[in-house]
Amino acid sequence: MHEMMVAENIVETILAQVQKKSGKVTRVVISCGQINAINDEALKFAFEAIAAGTICQGAKLKIKHIPLKAVCNSCHKKFNFDLYEPQCPKCGKSDFLIGDDVPLILEEIEFEKK
Amino acid sequence: MMKIKVKKKILAKNEDFAAANQKFFKKKNILCINMISSPGSGKTTILEKTAKALKNKINIAVIEGDLYTKLDAERIRATGLEAVQIETKGACHLTAEQITNSLHKFDTDNLDIIVIENIGNLVCPSDFDLGETVRVVVLSVAEGDDKCKKYPNSFAQADVLLINKTDLARYLDFNVKMVRKDVLKLNKDLKIFEISAKTTAGMEKWFKWLKKAIR
Repeated sequence: MHEMMVAENIVETILAQVQKKSGKVTRVVISCGQINAINDEALKFAFEAIAAGTICQGAKLKIKHIPLKAVCNSCHKKFNFDLYEPQCPKCGKSDFLIGDDVPLILEEIEFEKK
Repeated sequence: MMKIKVKKKILAKNEDFAAANQKFFKKKNILCINMISSPGSGKTTILEKTAKALKNKINIAVIEGDLYTKLDAERIRATGLEAVQIETKGACHLTAEQITNSLHKFDTDNLDIIVIENIGNLVCPSDFDLGETVRVVVLSVAEGDDKCKKYPNSFAQADVLLINKTDLARYLDFNVKMVRKDVLKLNKDLKIFEISAKTTAGMEKWFKWLKKAIR
């Protein structure tokens, strides 16, 4: 359940952006890479619990999963790398160049102004 | 309704501490190893045997991470090494900040290696950079040969894989060849050592790698 810590950090990051007096957060968008191993259900559950009692209480959390790009060294096919299926979808070889995975990013916050 | 674009790293706090730790290790010329595995794979036994073999040649200290108890730090201290125990009281991984706080408890001037034995867990610790120099993942043959397929994150980000408890392999259907093939698909630069910490079979190569890595 590292999602608990991720949720804590999301709420902390939001609170640093939105002043308590300025309103109530209604929607939060985050993005994550493939290596972060974020489970949507676990993160939403943790976020709801951590957000309780803050201006983020009840806010909807949208999680965007950013694919990890790879290029096959054999057939040069470009594809989205799947950690659970580490092979080229075209030629089946496992010799490829993997791009950089993106970190967890707080993308945007929607809030109702007081 | 107001919408603001933020674009801020969520784990920035951990990253800041990790960057500070990394800088510290570099300045002090310390090799920091973040050791990750399932519970019971033999991390502590590997460290005990490593300590026994190298303690007069290399200065090693250990940061032990567990949910509860100081048992592992006591085992390490019994070998003559310095050890600090972090008890996370339920948290499933160590954070870079906990490492920063533990570093103050060592006399780091004469250290060659600091090993962080992370919480026994193949999922969560892989997400948290501790500022380590290298990441070592341990897989014991008793866990089964499908673990790198099921928990690829830990294996994809490691520098070294120690396949432990090879003395048990003949009683179990653990296909080492397949594991080697599977992990190299995820991580083609991974260095793999087959060892038995109990009998110390195969550990010479691991010791050699460590000695080379601190140079």
